[in-house]
Amino acid sequence: MTDLDQLESQSVYILREAFNRIDRLAALWSIGKDSNVLLWLARKAFFGKVPFPVVQLDTGMELPEVYEFRDMVTRDWGLDLVIEQCPPESEMDPTLPPATRAAARKTEGLKNLLRREQYQGIMVGIRRDEQATRAKERVFSPRALDGAWDFKDQPAEFWDHYKTRFAEGTHVRIHPLLHWTELDIWRYSKREEIPIVPLYFAREGKRYRSLGEKNITFPVDSSAASIDEIISELEVTRTPERAGRSMDNETEDAFERLRSSGYM
Amino acid sequence: MSPLLPASQRRQARIVIVGHVDHGKSTLIGRLLNDTGSLPDGKVEAVREMSRRRGMPFEWSFVMDALQAERDQGITIDTTQIHFKTERRPYVIIDAPGHTEFLKNMVTGASNADAALLVIDAGEGALEQSRRHAYLLHLLGVKQVAVIVNKMDMVDFSQARFDHVAAEIRAYLNGIGVAPGVILPISARHGDNIASRSENLSWYDGPTVIEALDGFLPAAPEDELPLRLPIQDVYKPDERRILAGRIETGRLRVGDTLHFAPNNRTAKVVSIEAWNAASAISAAAGQSVGITLDQRIFVERGHIASLPAERPIEAHRLTVRLFWLASKPLETGRAYTLKLATAEHRVTVEKIVEVVDIDDLGVSAADRVGRNEIANVVLHSRSLVAVDLAIDLPRTGRGVLLDGHDVVGGFIVTGADAVAERNLQRVEHAVSPDERALSNGHRGAVLWLTGLSGAGKSTLAMGLERTLFERGRQVYVLDGDGVRQGLNGDLGFSPADRSENIRRVAEAARLFAEAGMIVVTALISPTRQDRAKARAIGGDLFHEIHVKAELDVCEQRDPKGLYRRARAGEIPEFTGVSAPYEEPQAAELVVETGRLGIEEAVGELVGYAERVTGLKYPSDAVQGRGEGI
Repeated sequence: MTDLDQLESQSVYILREAFNRIDRLAALWSIGKDSNVLLWLARKAFFGKVPFPVVQLDTGMELPEVYEFRDMVTRDWGLDLVIEQCPPESEMDPTLPPATRAAARKTEGLKNLLRREQYQGIMVGIRRDEQATRAKERVFSPRALDGAWDFKDQPAEFWDHYKTRFAEGTHVRIHPLLHWTELDIWRYSKREEIPIVPLYFAREGKRYRSLGEKNITFPVDSSAASIDEIISELEVTRTPERAGRSMDNETEDAFERLRSSGYM
Repeated sequence: MSPLLPASQRRQARIVIVGHVDHGKSTLIGRLLNDTGSLPDGKVEAVREMSRRRGMPFEWSFVMDALQAERDQGITIDTTQIHFKTERRPYVIIDAPGHTEFLKNMVTGASNADAALLVIDAGEGALEQSRRHAYLLHLLGVKQVAVIVNKMDMVDFSQARFDHVAAEIRAYLNGIGVAPGVILPISARHGDNIASRSENLSWYDGPTVIEALDGFLPAAPEDELPLRLPIQDVYKPDERRILAGRIETGRLRVGDTLHFAPNNRTAKVVSIEAWNAASAISAAAGQSVGITLDQRIFVERGHIASLPAERPIEAHRLTVRLFWLASKPLETGRAYTLKLATAEHRVTVEKIVEVVDIDDLGVSAADRVGRNEIANVVLHSRSLVAVDLAIDLPRTGRGVLLDGHDVVGGFIVTGADAVAERNLQRVEHAVSPDERALSNGHRGAVLWLTGLSGAGKSTLAMGLERTLFERGRQVYVLDGDGVRQGLNGDLGFSPADRSENIRRVAEAARLFAEAGMIVVTALISPTRQDRAKARAIGGDLFHEIHVKAELDVCEQRDPKGLYRRARAGEIPEFTGVSAPYEEPQAAELVVETGRLGIEEAVGELVGYAERVTGLKYPSDAVQGRGEGI
């Protein structure tokens, strides 16, 4: 087994655990490189068909290429797509810094979705290497009904025994890609020929390394115009992945505040 | 520097860093990241700026502690994972908290590590928490351990001090069966012996921390062990019926005959299914697979597939070495859900054999296991558990206990009473008495309580029922008043009717006992003749227990006011007053309630009941197999 085989196998194991143990399950799809891999792995785990709804938390602020890609993949992969319109920025906590406030719209959209659809489990394609608070996550991470993450009292994960039983009023975030790195995602996408939003490839010296809403995400300097070039770039870069994400960098704990109140 | 490994072996190594709080784990990691050039640009400057703003001296550990609360308190609360690479291969470093109260998080961080660094303060030596972490690493199956003696700068880089600390921890590790790869002196704060050799430690000629990391071997492949494929789920995407699961050990091939435990079915592998990939003819340990079989046998989540010649043990009773996480202690008689691979079983704690003292590795008897303690415990499951000993197959020889929604402990299996051949005595019933006994964890019995009115029969019966129930026994009280309201509602109190009452109760009690239950009856049953008849009905299952108190004591108690009414002549033929009570001459047990308090009396009864209904197993004498882990 190669290291990619091992990562794939572990993620498939987690997806199957979630599907078996959690009654009402959905996956978040941001249409970015990670959640594309997540859905691809679900097709592997369940032999071709993603057996749960796939949710886009839509702020209306995605780039046009993202919407185009979404519609193409939804059709080609036969996804059961649910589009959740997020509430406007004017309804967000005014004490948050501006970009963080814009990002909080997705948290609120998710809460609305959970209230309405009563999902017990939400799968999310986050990775530990993306951001320091994500490095603290569990594979199965319980949340209060309001989405709050109690990072000081997380369940024990002994070997592969995840927490899959919950009291009324809680739900669980499942993170099948937690252990992957950015480089793994690209190497795997290349190996499996997974379709990619073209915004990740450099045009005129810039590319998106992390894809988010157009008002709070910015392309970074890069000349990597193919997956191979991206892989070569990542092997040497010392620029953090989320450098182009405004909300991470506004205040010392902006992202921590977002995450403990329910952000992905 | 070690040369780059060939690409095939350049798999990421997962290294957990453990040790007592303040012994310098996070500082070491901060240093490792910095000295290998793994920190993103601007990170050190940002942390320096943050420290300046807060008026705190710069610490390398701030690079690691991600949460506001961690920076505020200067401690690591939760486990975190950081990626970095040496010239040889990539690593993920798992920083596990040192505080006792976050031991749960330490376990989470360490349970999937390939190797560990155990960090010890040169000045303080291996404190209790360091020892506890070392023991847990061992329990979790982390076999490669390097010991880092940190803060050598605080002891003037003294070789004598290092030798002392090294000898102490080596002795401890040897005591739990761990051979540390290296023991090396460093100063994380100043960077001595992290990425490069230090002048201050010129007397030391072993590896640096980076070299020690690069010296760890990748996890050994488990393909050569016996096949274990625990079933996760069964999918029917189309006309196929696919069994899904991850191969924990061994390998399987198309055409292999598989045995499924514990439901004891076999079938042949027809295909190994895959989506968007060529279909394979074999698969091995670590792979998540889907297989189809040549027969539609009953298989579900929790079953374990193996090759017929190398099946797992099937047992009702397991001896485990347990690490307890919950604040509510584990106690004898409590019921939990046992999770092993993908199977779940309801179990009761039959016996706490001993609790392990982390400091001197001594053991002591206990009736409860507290939070963060390690103990050897016997668990009993009503359903048959397919299991391996951890010493043979760690991945199917370990599991967790759940209490309600929560994982409250983890364990490795050190002993299992195999059920050798099943269905041997399937004669009249589909289920034999032995099978019932194995399933229940005890035999059935009729405990026939006899004695004067007011002697305490009903009180003792109820106390006995409660206690046995809480200890996981199948128990039921057939109370005299109760049966007279239903089963024997047609009977009065004439001598003939009283005799018939006893006969029917004895018959009903025997049926319950044959069904595997411990039945307790509470009837005065005053005559030897009636009790002899009951004994004849109950046979070997029958135990006569005399609940004995002097007449005047009973009359004083007079719980139902019957003595007062009998003395007043309102009740004719009242036992002890106007009718005789014939004391048993050879009761199996006499409980003197005139002398004993209720709790003592119940205690005697419980002890007797457990003695006569308990199963005799080899493990009663030998406290678990497999001394090592």
